[in-house]
Amino acid sequence: MNLTREPESYPRPQNVPAWLGRKVIFLARGMGRALMLLASAVRTIFPHAFTVRARREIGNQMYIGGIMSLGVVTVVALFTGMILALQTGIELRRFGQEVFIGSAVMMSMLREMGPFMSGIILAASVGASIAAQMGTMVVSEEIAALEVMSISPVRFLVMPRLVAMAIMTPLLSLYGCLMGVLGGGIVGETQLGVAWAAYIQNSTRFVGVKDVYVGMLKAFVFGIIIVIVACHEGFGTTNGAVGVGNSTRRSVVISFLAILISGFFITRFFYV
Amino acid sequence: MIRFDRVSKSLLGRLVLNDVSFEVAKGASLAIVGPSGAGKSVTLKHMICLLRPDVGSVEIGGDAISEARGSELDRIRRRFGVLFQSSALLEWLTVAENVALPLREKTAMSEEDIISTVNERLRLVGLEEDREKHPSELSGGMKKRAGLARALAEDPEIVLYDEPTSGLDPVSARSIDNLINTTRKDLGVTSVVVTHDLHSALSVGTSIAMIYRGAIVEMCSPSEFVRSENDIVQQFLKAQYITDSGAWEIKQ
Repeated sequence: MNLTREPESYPRPQNVPAWLGRKVIFLARGMGRALMLLASAVRTIFPHAFTVRARREIGNQMYIGGIMSLGVVTVVALFTGMILALQTGIELRRFGQEVFIGSAVMMSMLREMGPFMSGIILAASVGASIAAQMGTMVVSEEIAALEVMSISPVRFLVMPRLVAMAIMTPLLSLYGCLMGVLGGGIVGETQLGVAWAAYIQNSTRFVGVKDVYVGMLKAFVFGIIIVIVACHEGFGTTNGAVGVGNSTRRSVVISFLAILISGFFITRFFYV
Repeated sequence: MIRFDRVSKSLLGRLVLNDVSFEVAKGASLAIVGPSGAGKSVTLKHMICLLRPDVGSVEIGGDAISEARGSELDRIRRRFGVLFQSSALLEWLTVAENVALPLREKTAMSEEDIISTVNERLRLVGLEEDREKHPSELSGGMKKRAGLARALAEDPEIVLYDEPTSGLDPVSARSIDNLINTTRKDLGVTSVVVTHDLHSALSVGTSIAMIYRGAIVEMCSPSEFVRSENDIVQQFLKAQYITDSGAWEIKQ
């Protein structure tokens, strides 16, 4: 897949339908290119992902994308769990059912909040960082240099990040769920008078295997979206430093939207 | 070795190359000069198929690179080493790792052979002592040298230089010129140097092509170039204080 593209210019649209039509065409083209990038990256996994250099790079990216995000995921998940427990606990107390906050927190975190939260955090941190790095590499001709050396940037740069994030996003999501449940438990014990043992017992009472695997699947899809959107936007960078900033901003916005929309459709597919 | 046949190219609605034809013989060194925006770098990018012509064709040793795709394009590109204007070194790798990159990624060479080749190339460009440094720790001239060492790593038949002396002080610029000449003579490579530095072009080129507004207005030997009566060439020579062709020949 050739990533070095010729600069493009188009005449200014003369009316609103022309402007709208162009937006639709650009959206379709961008999605097509991103899917082609994903297909190219997936094709390189099995012949190349197990070489020593690739394994080392995947490990490095897992550390950058996963381990380095642990701190922020811990804080966000802990407080999300605490807020969930507090809000649901206050309402449930009116009916004397505050003991069920464990179920509410666990189900919310496993099904939606865990994957969504880790997806958003990683899109804003790791995704932005990938887009900025790829954009800078385009501007400083490093991507062109790789192509001229016949080293595929997709294999060399995209594939290790894709594999790393496809592994780390579900793990971070699961970790976030546990932290959220822990936060809910702390609020239950200290603010709502729900004993720790009762909280834990209720947390696991209604959880099914489906809740776990659908949540993990969502996080897996979000991880892929973040890397592909970031790389696609980064590779499309033009106009130097300003262009790198624009690519990074676009990468974060598009990833957020794609995470929200795909999250809805996965939920719709599995639960309706 | 390199053949441009009536190549035209438009970018952003502007005609950047207009019916350009020339040939570079094996082992020769062509310096392409011209003002900024004249089409020098676009010409270079056509040679390695980073751009494709709208009209015409580009051939490398009989292979039409302008038509090649996929593995065929990779095969033709392997004949090239390219020194980019920004050096294009990967920032997270050391100098030695940058030079070893094409060998590690594309060849089945043993690690000992790779290290030996890297050492040899770094010795050639005078960077043996800086092998463990990262690009951010190098000066502009050192980055160019490291970029050249990487370009030479795979024993290319053709080396392309995009503005090799831009942004360098005169001493460093002349040392890069010497390196280009040494590389061509010692390794027998064909060179194409794109530059707006006429002093550099006159010292590294066995022939010089002047591009102006997308067309070649003069292509001849350096000694003929400084005597050219073409107005654009004369203007370019005067702008770089090369007004006394006899003095230039004595210096050579």
